[in-house]
Parts: sequence; C-alpha cells; structure tokens
Amino acid sequence: MSNMEKEPFFSAKNLRVFSLPLLRNNPVTVQILGICSALAVTAKLKPAIVMALSVTVVTAMSNLIISLLRKTIPDRIRIIVQLVVVAALVIIVDQVLKAYVYDVSKQLSVFVGLIITNCIIMGRLEAFALGNRPWPAFLDGIGNGLGYGLILVTLGFFRELLGNGSLLGYKIIPDSWYIANGGFYSNNGLMLLPPMALIGVGIIIWIANSRKKKA
Amino acid sequence: MKALRNYLDKIKPNFERGGKFEKLHSTFEAFETFLFVPNTVTRQGAHIRDAMDMKRTMSIVVIALLPALLFGMFNVGLQHFRAIGDIAPTTSYDFGLIWHCFWFGFLKVLPIIVVSYVVGLGIEFLFAQLRGHEVNEGFLVTGLLIPLVMPVDIPLWMVAVATAFAVVFGKEVFGGTGMNIFNPALLARAFVFFAYTPYISGEKVWVAGLTKGEGIIDSFSGATPLADAANALANGATTIDWSNSSTPIDWFLGTIPGAIGETSTLAILIGAAILLYTGVASWRIMLSVVIGGLGIGLVYNAIGANVLMTMPAWYHLLVGGFAFGTVYMATDPVTGAQTNTGKCIYGLLIGAMAVTIRVLNPGYPEGMMLAILLMNALAPLIDHYVVEANVRRRNKRLKLTVK
Repeated sequence: MSNMEKEPFFSAKNLRVFSLPLLRNNPVTVQILGICSALAVTAKLKPAIVMALSVTVVTAMSNLIISLLRKTIPDRIRIIVQLVVVAALVIIVDQVLKAYVYDVSKQLSVFVGLIITNCIIMGRLEAFALGNRPWPAFLDGIGNGLGYGLILVTLGFFRELLGNGSLLGYKIIPDSWYIANGGFYSNNGLMLLPPMALIGVGIIIWIANSRKKKA
Repeated sequence: MKALRNYLDKIKPNFERGGKFEKLHSTFEAFETFLFVPNTVTRQGAHIRDAMDMKRTMSIVVIALLPALLFGMFNVGLQHFRAIGDIAPTTSYDFGLIWHCFWFGFLKVLPIIVVSYVVGLGIEFLFAQLRGHEVNEGFLVTGLLIPLVMPVDIPLWMVAVATAFAVVFGKEVFGGTGMNIFNPALLARAFVFFAYTPYISGEKVWVAGLTKGEGIIDSFSGATPLADAANALANGATTIDWSNSSTPIDWFLGTIPGAIGETSTLAILIGAAILLYTGVASWRIMLSVVIGGLGIGLVYNAIGANVLMTMPAWYHLLVGGFAFGTVYMATDPVTGAQTNTGKCIYGLLIGAMAVTIRVLNPGYPEGMMLAILLMNALAPLIDHYVVEANVRRRNKRLKLTVK
C-alpha cells in the first residue's frame, strides 16, 4: 500500500503500523471517530486539507512525545499529561495557521481548538503510544492522521466540486454551463449543508464495507 | 394472453438456477408476476387468501392518483395559456379548450414521468439483480408521486438526480420496499428543495415557460397562493394579496399555479374516495391530519399575531400540498404509524406541524413536506409507546382479576 523506500527503519512491521489505518482500519470509516470535525470543515477542499494536515501533525507529535514519556508518566494521571501535551501542540498548530494561512484559520475557527477533543488523538495515545516505542508510535500517528485526512479530502473534494463548482477556489465547471447563463447546470446546495457530509461519510463506509466483504 | 403465457413458460427455464440467464432471474420474475398472478400459494398454517397482494394495492394507489395527474396535466396547459394571455381568466371552458390545455400539459408532464420511472426502476432492477432479490413493486407508486410533487418547469436531470437519491438513500440502504423510514417521493422533493432551491420555489417555476419569461403578460403572476401568503408574512403586510385575484373556489378546483398534482383539492378528494372505498389508505390518518391542521389553525386564529394567523384556518386545507400530502403521502403504510391509536396521533401531529411551519416560518412555505418527513421519523416511536401502554393496561387488568 505504501511506496516508501526500504530502509532498515521501515521494517515490514513498522510499515504495517503506518499503512493499516489508511484503509483497512481507517479511524473514520471503521472506528467511526472524528466524525464531528469531518462534517464541519469539509464544505470546501482547502480547509479540509489544512485540517487534515493539522490533525496529522498533532497525532504524530503527541504520539511521539507520549511514547518517549511513557515510562515516566504515572498511570493515574496519564490522561492529564496527555491532555497537556495535546493542548500545547494544538496551540502551536493554531498559531502557525494564524500566521501563515489566516483566511483558512478563520474558516476553521473553533475546530482547530477542538482538535484537542478529537477522539482519534486520545484514542491513539491510549491504545498505541503508551505501549510502543517512539518510532512506531510516530508512524502510527502519521498513519491515523492521514487516514482521517484521506476521508476529509475525499469529502471536501466532492462537496466543493458539486456544491460550488470549484476546487480550492478555482472554478472547475464552466460559467456557460449554468442555467442563469443559458446552460443546463446548477450547483447542488445540499452538498454544502452538514447533512450531506454525513451522507457522504455513509457512502464511503458503504463502499469500504462492501469491498472488505469481497476481499 | 395464452400465447404470452406459453412464451413465458417456454423461456422460463433459461432464468432458473443453472439456466443461461440465471443472473437475470429477478428481472424475469418481475415481468412474469406483473403480467400474471403468480401461481405459488402458501401450503402450511392458516392464512387468509386474498387477491390484494402488493401489486394490486399499488395499482389501486396508481388509479387513485390518476384524477390528480389528469387534472394536473390540464392545469399545466391552462396556467401556461393564461400566462401568455391566450386564455383570459373569464373564458368559459368548452371541450376544445380543455383538450388544447390538456394536450399541452400532457407533453410537458410526460417527460418528467418517464424520467422518474426510468431512473427509479433502473436502480430498483440493478439492486435486485445485485442482491438476488425480487424486484419490488413499490416504485410504481413512488415513480408517479415524484412527478406530481415537482414544479413543471424543473430541469429533467434534477428529477433524475432526485429520484436516484430518493431510491438509493430513501429505500435501498434500508433494504428496499417496506423497510424504508422516509417516504421516498417526499425525500425526492426534499432533495430538490434543499439542493436546487431556486428551481422549486419562488414565483416562476410553477407555470410552464415562465422561467424563460417569453410572451408573459404583465397582469399574470406565477405565485402559488401559499407563496402569496408567505410573502405577505415576510413583508409584514396586514392583508394577503392573492395573485391573479384567485379565490377559495379556484383553490378547491385547482386552477392555480402549483406543483403538477397538488393544486386541485377536488381531484385529490376523488382519489381519496377511491383509496378509502377500497380500504387501501387509512381513514384515521386522513381524518386526523385534517383535524390537526384545522385545530391548530383555529388556535392560531385565536392568537392572531401575524397575517397568516388571521387567515381563516380552512384555507390551509385548500392551498399548497396539504390535501395531496394528507391523502397520498401521510397514508403511506410503510412510513406511517401502524397502530390505530398511533395513526391518530401521527396524523394530528402532521396536520398541526404543517400549519405551524406555514404560519411561523415564511422561509419554508410548504410545511407539509417537512411535517410528514419529521413524523415519518417519529412514527416508530409513537407505535412503541402505544404498544407499551397497551401492555401496561393489560397487565393491570390481569392483576385485578388475579386478586
């Protein structure tokens, strides 16, 4: 599934850790995590991509840090420690977004801050980072972040294309196609409403499940 | 007939297990049972044998839809010729004029019906083949209901997309006919309403040719009475200015702009009579929707806080899709409540909700669609509590007799 070069670091086991969450054990379509933000930020493609990258960075870094600290964190306060790490990373991501892509940061608004509560991150910290060495944990974070991002970008792609006739803000559907200009086409307003994102996630899960049954 | 039967018997082995066209079995089965009553009968247990199988039930609903459909075709022509000034509102009807209007409307409506059936049945057949099921008859009714709730000027591809959405996400994901939560025809309309809002609302789409605006006379408006009312509400007016000075008589007869099949309360009442006489639709639901709508309308009359609240409550029964929804949509046996008490509650709430949406929210003039869809979702809950209440009552009675 992954086309990475074969280095000693990328043993078959590590590659599996990385590639499993991309499709076979996707956090959104299989574990149904992170749905809330998947609905909220995917009306356009650009915020979806930025959100996907932000979540990937946060999952990867927090997995790495927690994995490094896993032997020193007392078991009884581990959630608090995890939260502190995640919150710090999210604030860094938020500041970076504000500095470099201000317009997208405004569109994402509260959802960047809400990465803290994204179930995928806490789930990976609890399930993987606390019990694995830093390098696999880092790969696991990247894999899960990208698996989440894959769904976000797919949703964003179709929602912006069908709902707005554009991609990343560039017009894809020619103006002359629209009914107002004598054509036949009209954008699908439902695509921009949150229910359609939910139906979109449903379709992706449907496709994923029917493929899995065959395999 | 005999020759047809013989021919079917001859080609039948090809479609059985192991035959040449085994994969097309469900398609063959669908056509065979459509043409002939199947000769398979139940062999065990006690069953009431009745000719009313699902195909006959559906045929009766289709027959009940015909008055609304035929009148709708006539009205499409009538509104068009009124819009371009060929027919004055005062012209008396003779046979030639009625035929002229009907033929124009027939040619306008037929493509919408064809698109709805071809797309819907295509998907039904496809899913039946993929899953190895029988093809379900449910779409015969849905395919006719969809055109009747669409505006005549809607682009055909929107009908196709809406039909596909309704069949796939209204029915097939839940397992096909009989398993759906929402009425597929209403889902198709809701899809168009939210996805392509400008093409199913406003003052232009309800009359053929008005969107293009060629040769329209100045005194004609394509606004439906419900849109007139909603406009008055949105503008904070104190009286409603009925366009083309239509009266409740016009609303009852249906010579007003509107979705193809929904305008004529009279034609819908004929359909209702057929449905009730044959026992296909529930009189409890129809009656309670009307009571619910009228009742809440009277309550709003008593409050009288805005222009729609002061409008006589019985107007609500005549304008918009209230009558159509009551007779053909709310009574859908699959998506409605199943218990008798539940049917009454379900109906009352639909009527009350529809009028409430109309009166309080000028953004959604057609409250009937949203009310029925909402209650579709709640129908199983209503049934659950009705059944629970019954169980509790019987338990109490049991305890009393034991004592």
